[in-house]
Amino acid sequence: MNCFLTNSSLGKKLVMSISGCALVLFILFHMSMNLAALFSAEAYNMICAFLGANWYALVATVGLAALVVIHIVYALILTMENYRARGKQRYAVTVNEPGVQWASKNMLVLGFVVLGGLAIHLVHFWSKMQLVEIMGLHENSLGLSPTDGAALIQYTFSQWYNVVIYLVWFVALWFHLTHGVWSMFQTAGFANDVWYPRLKCLSNIVATLIFLGFATVVVWFYFCGNCCCCGAC
Amino acid sequence: MNFTLKIWRQRDAKSQGGFKEYQVKDISPDTSFLEMLDILNNDLVYAGEEPVAFDHDCREGICGMCSLHIDGHAHGPSQAVTTCQLYMRKFKDGATITIEPWRSAAFPVIRDLVVNRGAYDEILQAGGFVSVRTNSVPDGNAIPIPQADAEESMDAAACVGCGACAATCKNGSAMLFVAARVSSLAKLPQGRVEGARRAKAMVAKMDELGFGNCTNTGACQAQCPKSISIAHIARLNREFLAAKLKD
Repeated sequence: MNCFLTNSSLGKKLVMSISGCALVLFILFHMSMNLAALFSAEAYNMICAFLGANWYALVATVGLAALVVIHIVYALILTMENYRARGKQRYAVTVNEPGVQWASKNMLVLGFVVLGGLAIHLVHFWSKMQLVEIMGLHENSLGLSPTDGAALIQYTFSQWYNVVIYLVWFVALWFHLTHGVWSMFQTAGFANDVWYPRLKCLSNIVATLIFLGFATVVVWFYFCGNCCCCGAC
Repeated sequence: MNFTLKIWRQRDAKSQGGFKEYQVKDISPDTSFLEMLDILNNDLVYAGEEPVAFDHDCREGICGMCSLHIDGHAHGPSQAVTTCQLYMRKFKDGATITIEPWRSAAFPVIRDLVVNRGAYDEILQAGGFVSVRTNSVPDGNAIPIPQADAEESMDAAACVGCGACAATCKNGSAMLFVAARVSSLAKLPQGRVEGARRAKAMVAKMDELGFGNCTNTGACQAQCPKSISIAHIARLNREFLAAKLKD
């Protein structure tokens, strides 16, 4: 088994499946963490302080970055192989096959949108929080404390264009996950005709929960960020 | 019924192909698609033109020899039938029908609508068989097999190896074919013995021949003339990963 994860199609897909699973779990955690900001700025900032430049948070960050890189690199390798396998001559007429999800045929494009959103998100938040702590500074470029996540959320989502960018990002993530979640079970071999409807339902639930959790925070802070109707005030 | 046919014509594997239009007239609605092509070829021969080359054999939907990508569908717009079981009543009178060969790097065009599907044979040769001694036919019920297992094995064994799965897949993946072969044997005691070796050998050969990686779109199952389920792909994944982890 020394290298079936790199030289076999099923092994490479397993890597996609496991790395995808770990990323989904992280996203679920991140979404739950964000919800704290709706109720209490202090609670949210406590979590931010806990996940600062501590050794465990740094190890987790490096691990997470590695997972993202592995997921993307494998996606690119698999897609290039698939492109080659399809051949140079393409069909003149194509149709949408019944029962085939649109997302399942556009995972790479959706992945790029998610990646773009991630890059913007890292600039908006990570570079002003954990990176500032790693650099040993006590204030980010906005003049805020690197652990004052609530204020940063409030600042970022007071601008309408950021709200639009983040919502587009979450929609792309929703589509990506509606296929990705059940697909990782299929790739790992845990699926059959009885379980397909259940797994696809689970995918939709997970994707929708993640979308609603993230989108609620963004929309809430856009509309209520400057008033005192929320806990973050 | 009258039809305009837009057919891919290609002299040989090395030549550049292209679409050519033909008219067929007075076709009975009960004519099969291949019979309609026979009528066209008859006309072409009488006109001194080269007939259109296409694969066919049993014309009963059980041999897997016929193929054709018709109006964007492998085996045409009817569900769960091979091209030979497709009838012209499925089309509208006066319609233009586009007929293309399978498109996949592993299935090169030999001539017109005929492609070389030898890659599937090579995958079968790598492991799609039982080589353990099974002796003579056992007494009925001597080896109890649960009904559900027997049914599942037979469902997978319905695969005729036509190539529609790889031809339909946007990744050119042969997973449904390989999965059907692995699954039909893995569910029976005689085939179970070599399950691990079979899964590894067939997947290795599939990769070596340049088929793509399955991304679970399910397009193969939607276009399969035998309605083979992608649940067999999940079983192949299980068989392969379990075998590799045991190594």
